[in-house]
Amino acid sequence: MKNALKKWKLPAFMLGPFLVLIIMFFFLPVLLTAALAFTNMGPSMQWEFNAVQNFQKLFSDPNLTKILTNTAVYVGFTLLINVFFGLTLALFTTYFARKERHGLFFRTIWMLPRMSPPVVYALLWVWFFDPSEYGLLNGIRAIFFDLPPINIIGNEPMFIVILANGFIGASFGMIIFSSAIKSIPQDLFYAASVDGASHWSIIKDIIMPAIRWPFMFVTIWQLLSLLTSYEYILLITDGGPLNESEVLALYSYHKAFQHFEYGYGAAISLILVVIALICTFILWRFFRVKEMMRTSRID
Amino acid sequence: MKIELRNISKSFDKKSNVIEKMNLKINDGEFVALLGPSGCGKTTTMLMIAGIYKPDSGDIYFDDQKVNHLEPKDRHIGMVFQSYALYPHMTVLENICFPLKQQKIPKRERLQRAKEAAEMVRLGDLLERKPSELSGGQQQRVALARAIVKRPKLLLLDEPMSNLDAGLRIEMRAEISRLQKELGITTILVTHDQEEAMTLADRIALMKDGKIVQYDTPMKLYHEPVNIEVAKFIGTPPMNFMEGTVVGNQVQIGERTYPMDEGKFDLTGSNEVILGVRPHDIRLGWTGDIRFYGHVRYVETFGHSKMIHADMAGNRIQFFAEPHLSIDTGAGIQFSFNLSAIHLFDKETGKSLRKPGPERTEMSVGGAASY
Repeated sequence: MKNALKKWKLPAFMLGPFLVLIIMFFFLPVLLTAALAFTNMGPSMQWEFNAVQNFQKLFSDPNLTKILTNTAVYVGFTLLINVFFGLTLALFTTYFARKERHGLFFRTIWMLPRMSPPVVYALLWVWFFDPSEYGLLNGIRAIFFDLPPINIIGNEPMFIVILANGFIGASFGMIIFSSAIKSIPQDLFYAASVDGASHWSIIKDIIMPAIRWPFMFVTIWQLLSLLTSYEYILLITDGGPLNESEVLALYSYHKAFQHFEYGYGAAISLILVVIALICTFILWRFFRVKEMMRTSRID
Repeated sequence: MKIELRNISKSFDKKSNVIEKMNLKINDGEFVALLGPSGCGKTTTMLMIAGIYKPDSGDIYFDDQKVNHLEPKDRHIGMVFQSYALYPHMTVLENICFPLKQQKIPKRERLQRAKEAAEMVRLGDLLERKPSELSGGQQQRVALARAIVKRPKLLLLDEPMSNLDAGLRIEMRAEISRLQKELGITTILVTHDQEEAMTLADRIALMKDGKIVQYDTPMKLYHEPVNIEVAKFIGTPPMNFMEGTVVGNQVQIGERTYPMDEGKFDLTGSNEVILGVRPHDIRLGWTGDIRFYGHVRYVETFGHSKMIHADMAGNRIQFFAEPHLSIDTGAGIQFSFNLSAIHLFDKETGKSLRKPGPERTEMSVGGAASY
């Protein structure tokens, strides 16, 4: 007992403050969400446990199928754009752009939307696709092609939402992949070119295996943030028209902060957490993380 | 394959040339070493021959064909990098197969040839390992196997042994020499280790500041250095130097003058000279033609011999002596060497004062014909 105390005293002292912070800001909210999901907390902030009523309500919600489908479409396609467009950008700005200056310049351009507030970024999209003749796209159509205004956000809201999120999210993958590609020793590229490897073969056989870790990280990270992110959808379409672009995270926000059904909103969030866990587990297996972490043996 | 560089220049910052107007001819099947201190441009030269860098001006010929614009993959070269540059996620077998796979050679033949190459570098039992599971020497063998598996016409070795420990280095040296002779392949070795260059190469191009200072056989480089730079760089322990003044046909060192071999040296154009003698050519006692007094600074013991570091009229001289000799620091000694052992350089230009004697031209013609 005394030994144990001696052994853990210093680590406890060093880690203590951070553990407290982590518990307060990361762990407790999850517990709180989980607890709230089983209550009827409303605008008056009074609550009592109502067992699984929230979930019964959710599973009989007529919008649920639509929203789940939307979420899958939104997360799936945005993730594809985020990861593969990010990878393409990284390849172009590191592997294909011979001069570091040029690569840096283009990477900076792609980073710009990240530096501007989401509202401004969303506003640009809204302005560009505005259905009236004052929208940029419709203005161009009218001036140069003499075409009538069209309402793309109204007709294809998911498409716009995916595009807007995909483009801004791609810069994350781009930065991570760029630095990973840059850390591959130059000699490997020389060796491959002497060995007669094509660009495709260099990407497939040398770059991709070398960036498996960052690739997995970016995929999982983006998946999780896409599952829970809704700010651009909120700003561009607000889930509309008629739930056409409503996703689970936005639905939870709407329920909690527009209809003030906090308990119900928490229940939706809890479902989101479960989905996130399942997805992470599947990706974990898919990327064979255990194998990647195997140590090497040298004699 | 014959290699020829004509007036090659290369610069990275457009201000100073890394390589300046370099000319180099390599015969078919010859083993040539590019030797020089780090930063002299030898790796740049090799990367230009490989096609990874393009020269700013000048031409590169392979078998009399201009290859300036050929991509590395079309040059029929195999290359071993200093870091070995093995593909880390592939097994040894996959690494060796990689160049063949790029040539779209059928899988069965690919595997067979890869196994042959692995056999040739004695790697047979490690084919399923990953590079991270191999020792430095084994990785080096994989890199060699990968370089020779596509049967290149030119083998480029970029400091292949600098990451190995001393024992392994000697072993790999023998291995590379054997392999090169077995395959009869034209080979260029980049190294800063003169011993490596001397033991492996048929000819050595000694480089300094982006230029070839001397391109000759190891023996010529050792015995007839064209200038003081070469004399300083080649040979361990390094050559001894003494400053002197020309007085007629004689050279005055300190208080005394010594007669020089007029048939060998041209003393007419020089006033101040530097006289060089290799440590192996100096003997204790006055048995040689040229005799000196000196006193001992300190003595090193090597087991097979002792090395005496002596002071002679302000010049530091080192030479070998009998292992059982016992001699005190500060003691006065006599030592001597033969006239034939002397190298003379102009102090101002550093150039050798050796006359281009008839035997010299004859020997280089004979040497070239034997390749």
